[in-house]
Amino acid sequence: MSQQVLDQIVKRFSDSVLSTHAHRGDETVVLHRNALVAVVQFLRDDPQMAFNFCVDITAVDLSAMPDYVGPRFEVVYHFHSLSHKHRIRLKVPLEEADLELDSLSHLYGGANWFEREVWDMFGVRFRNSPDHRRILLYEEFVGHPLRKDYPQRGYQPLIDMPTLPRPDEELPPLASEDL
Amino acid sequence: MTHANEPLTALDTLPKAIETDPGIPDELRNNVYTSKVAAVVNWARKNSFFQYPFVTACCGMEFMSAAASHYDIARFGAEVPRFTPRQADVLFVVGTVTHKNAPILKRVYDQMCDPKWVVAFGVCASTGGFYDNYATVPGIDHIVPVDVYIPGCPPRPEQVMDAILYLQEKVQRQAANLR
Repeated sequence: MSQQVLDQIVKRFSDSVLSTHAHRGDETVVLHRNALVAVVQFLRDDPQMAFNFCVDITAVDLSAMPDYVGPRFEVVYHFHSLSHKHRIRLKVPLEEADLELDSLSHLYGGANWFEREVWDMFGVRFRNSPDHRRILLYEEFVGHPLRKDYPQRGYQPLIDMPTLPRPDEELPPLASEDL
Repeated sequence: MTHANEPLTALDTLPKAIETDPGIPDELRNNVYTSKVAAVVNWARKNSFFQYPFVTACCGMEFMSAAASHYDIARFGAEVPRFTPRQADVLFVVGTVTHKNAPILKRVYDQMCDPKWVVAFGVCASTGGFYDNYATVPGIDHIVPVDVYIPGCPPRPEQVMDAILYLQEKVQRQAANLR
């Protein structure tokens, strides 16, 4: 559906496009992070593109993927054009040692909350963000829980809870095994 | 505790000394009851629960259904919600409690006057439910003492009424703490 969007990005930003793929109408461009703002600006302002809706910004920690070599994180952007009814996905790979990316808050006001969530859950920093606090978790929280090395039960209680199970305690067996 | 299939009525729980005591003059028989203060006070308390709904999640919908006219918990004298914990004696914790709002729950409980009781409404409030992760408190009994647990995701209204009956029995049997 948005093959021509993908073609346009490849044509105009060929130096920054690392790869592209499309699966059943989901066109994806893998971008170098330095080109992100320019590409998104083009997607928003070009009348043929007119992506006026930033649907989602999220990230992926690929470190637990079997046989994967490459940058640990990927920040994923989804855009939609309400007038042209087309969509595009951008992915920006990021190395763990340098988790920084330009903010899109000046292009899409709503991007700020998504970026705060990505910071909260994955620890990716956004340059020139107008507000870089955590959004879901509390200020006192240490770490970023959607990273694959964060323990599933890594509780960080704000009040004294002496009966709380420790994170390393064994999981109780599933009820279905008893049936 | 007897099973809820054999509920105690108010008169069952009041001592019937007057009927058997030969020292009681005939004109007082059937006109005067003697009892214990605890039995009368608890009878009044259990039939006029003032609930504080601490609603955090989807169970709230089921709570509204159970509390509204169709299922009519006014039959048990428990229909009046108070939106300040200072005027309530039953705390209904309805939904998932996260570590972020655990201090709020604790504070709400602490603001309630004695005597007070707590109902964990739904499996998330009871055990954390399927949210077995860093964010969720695995059961509100890590924060406040719980009198009745209602399982279910969400519980059916019948279970809520059953819980109110259990709580009534529990209140009837406790020592009246007249402070």
